[in-house]
Amino acid sequence: MRFAFTEDQLLFKDTVADLLAKECPPEAVRAVWADGTGRRPELWAALAEMGVVGLTTPEAHGGLGMDELDLLPLLTEAGRAAFPGPLLETTAVVAPLLAESAPAEVAERWLPGIASGEVIATVQLAGQPFVVDADVAGVLVAQRDDRLYAVPGDVLRLTPQQSVDGARRLFSVDFDEADAELVASGDAGWQAANRAFDRGAVAAAAVLVGLAEQMIAMTVDYVKERQQFGVPIGSFQAVKHHLADAELKVSFARPVVWNAGYTLARGRDDVARDVSMAKCFASDAAELVARKALQCHGAIGYTTEHDLHFWLKRTWALSAAWGDAAWHRRRVAHVLLDD
Amino acid sequence: MDLNFTEAEEAFRAEAREWLEANVPKGLPSGDTREGFALHVEWEKKLFDARWAVVSWPEEYGGRGASLWEWLIFEEEYYRAGGPQRVTQNGIFLLAPTIFEFGTEEQKARFLPAMAAADDLWCQGWSEPDAGSDLAGIKSRAVRDDERGGWVITGQKTWTTRGAFCNWLFGLFRTDPEAARHSGMTYLLVPLESEGVTVRGVERLDGDEGFAEVFFDDVFVPDDLVLGGVNQGWSVAMATTSSERGLTLRSPGRFCAAADRLVDLWKRRAALAADGDLSAVAAGDPALRDAVAQSWMEAEAYRLATLADVTGIVEGRPQGPRSSLTKIFWSELDVRLHETALRLLGPTAELVDDAPGAVDGGAWMKGYEFSLSGPIYAGTNEIQRNVVAERVLGLPRK
Repeated sequence: MRFAFTEDQLLFKDTVADLLAKECPPEAVRAVWADGTGRRPELWAALAEMGVVGLTTPEAHGGLGMDELDLLPLLTEAGRAAFPGPLLETTAVVAPLLAESAPAEVAERWLPGIASGEVIATVQLAGQPFVVDADVAGVLVAQRDDRLYAVPGDVLRLTPQQSVDGARRLFSVDFDEADAELVASGDAGWQAANRAFDRGAVAAAAVLVGLAEQMIAMTVDYVKERQQFGVPIGSFQAVKHHLADAELKVSFARPVVWNAGYTLARGRDDVARDVSMAKCFASDAAELVARKALQCHGAIGYTTEHDLHFWLKRTWALSAAWGDAAWHRRRVAHVLLDD
Repeated sequence: MDLNFTEAEEAFRAEAREWLEANVPKGLPSGDTREGFALHVEWEKKLFDARWAVVSWPEEYGGRGASLWEWLIFEEEYYRAGGPQRVTQNGIFLLAPTIFEFGTEEQKARFLPAMAAADDLWCQGWSEPDAGSDLAGIKSRAVRDDERGGWVITGQKTWTTRGAFCNWLFGLFRTDPEAARHSGMTYLLVPLESEGVTVRGVERLDGDEGFAEVFFDDVFVPDDLVLGGVNQGWSVAMATTSSERGLTLRSPGRFCAAADRLVDLWKRRAALAADGDLSAVAAGDPALRDAVAQSWMEAEAYRLATLADVTGIVEGRPQGPRSSLTKIFWSELDVRLHETALRLLGPTAELVDDAPGAVDGGAWMKGYEFSLSGPIYAGTNEIQRNVVAERVLGLPRK
């Protein structure tokens, strides 16, 4: 029994954290909000260079061939930095899906480009009305009933949908199935789609943990500095208890998210239960932390001049995406309570 | 990351399960009543004789030298088998770690096996009428008696759990009234049979005589009953309270077993809803179904967090002040879990003490009443939140 990441995993996480701290400070996120494409190509290239983007692509296709457990700490770092870019879609969902389920020639067409950072991949599963970064995607993996398609980005018909998070570019997407290659269909299609959904849900949970941890860190710094009545507001018990509640929620979401990553990576039973627990706890935790963070910041946090809103808005988006807490709680209830 | 136990650990689990299934007593009355307590002490002696009372202790003191992982496994099996709460817990889980850390060899030999065997039964002497959360505000005094070689104590302790049934008390007494608040206290071990001790039972919220007030009227305590040095009591006591908050007192096994019983209660719900029942269950309330799932998940989250904590402890990364997060989480999940059970029971929830219409003998209401003590004892959750804010997050004390 050892419920902790390996030294190598933690070292990789620290390396990615250092890169993001340098190359993805809040000013970079702010710049993305203002930029028409919503992208930072040089940052994506740097992550690809480091092996992060191709982490889950098999070595035969130029990736690192690692699993969910290796990826989770990196996604948490991406959340901490409010990193703008479809790492979740490309690396956590599409790469493993193509590697596992696509015919050899389809996998060969897309995976090397994904691993090198040249091809951005995004995804649309059943029940997901909008697609992240479809305008810059080289390939979209889309589910239509039991059929999963790999759709080249240049045949997509896009309608932009404005997200509250200006660094998150969403689109309604349409395409002709004749323009797309079949990845899987029938039972294999459903299985691949379900697996992809579970991977996306756990990845979103890991990002939410990072978002929440960063909101707590920002708020702790703020309430230590901000003075009212002649003392730092962080010395008031009401403020302390807000932050203690925030820390409590994240502390007990974190191991649940790790456990779900382990279940996916090791192919254990109880996938539905463990995955849904993770997304339920992470969504609930991040939403609560966002409320506490804003409340403790007071009026300055209610402006877009302050950076906090990047994290708040990503939290609102991701807590609902890939199934919200209520949806996942019902899924756990079904596993536990229905014979 | 590896979430499997070793073959040896699984063998340990199998041995524990087999013995517990054959021996755990069914339907014991509450250990917080005089009659119940005696039966629980019998059970404790049986555990001790089979060397299951204190599995993690060295063999010389009655344990098995089990690892922290094996201790967790034992706890899981103990509560899965329906084992009752441990009436020896104040001794074996709270005092013992302190004796292991601060006690002399004589004190270890004298006290550890006797508490494991339930020959010595220990209660805590922390709170006083004017010192609850503010533990450093205690006033009970111990005055030096050089002639007899010891201390003479006067004062009062209160909310002493099972104080009316125990024969020993451990606690803090002020030995240097001139010293600053956190100094000048000494950790003493006091035989309750001593001359000058008066114990008065106090009925708790649940109707059991589980509390006591203990009065000390010039009670002599010899020097060999000082634990960890004169005027060192605060740091010695902090070691005990962190055991109380952390995982030694509240292993996840207890909450996971309760969550499984809640799931079972949900599955029996149709049979439980009586005619004319206006409860949420009878109305088929989906919010109640969600609450059952949420409670189960919280117990499971506590189990997973414990696995991470134990990994840290085994690898030399102790919990430190994060044990306050643990205490808040288990105590509040326990309350929510029992609240959910009571909502499931609707109009039968209020039936207790084997009333003919009671479900499970009224155990859920009893469990609810007990759970409500969790956010209060071992340092109220308000104090714990202060500890989290100040010592985990680094917010200013003042």
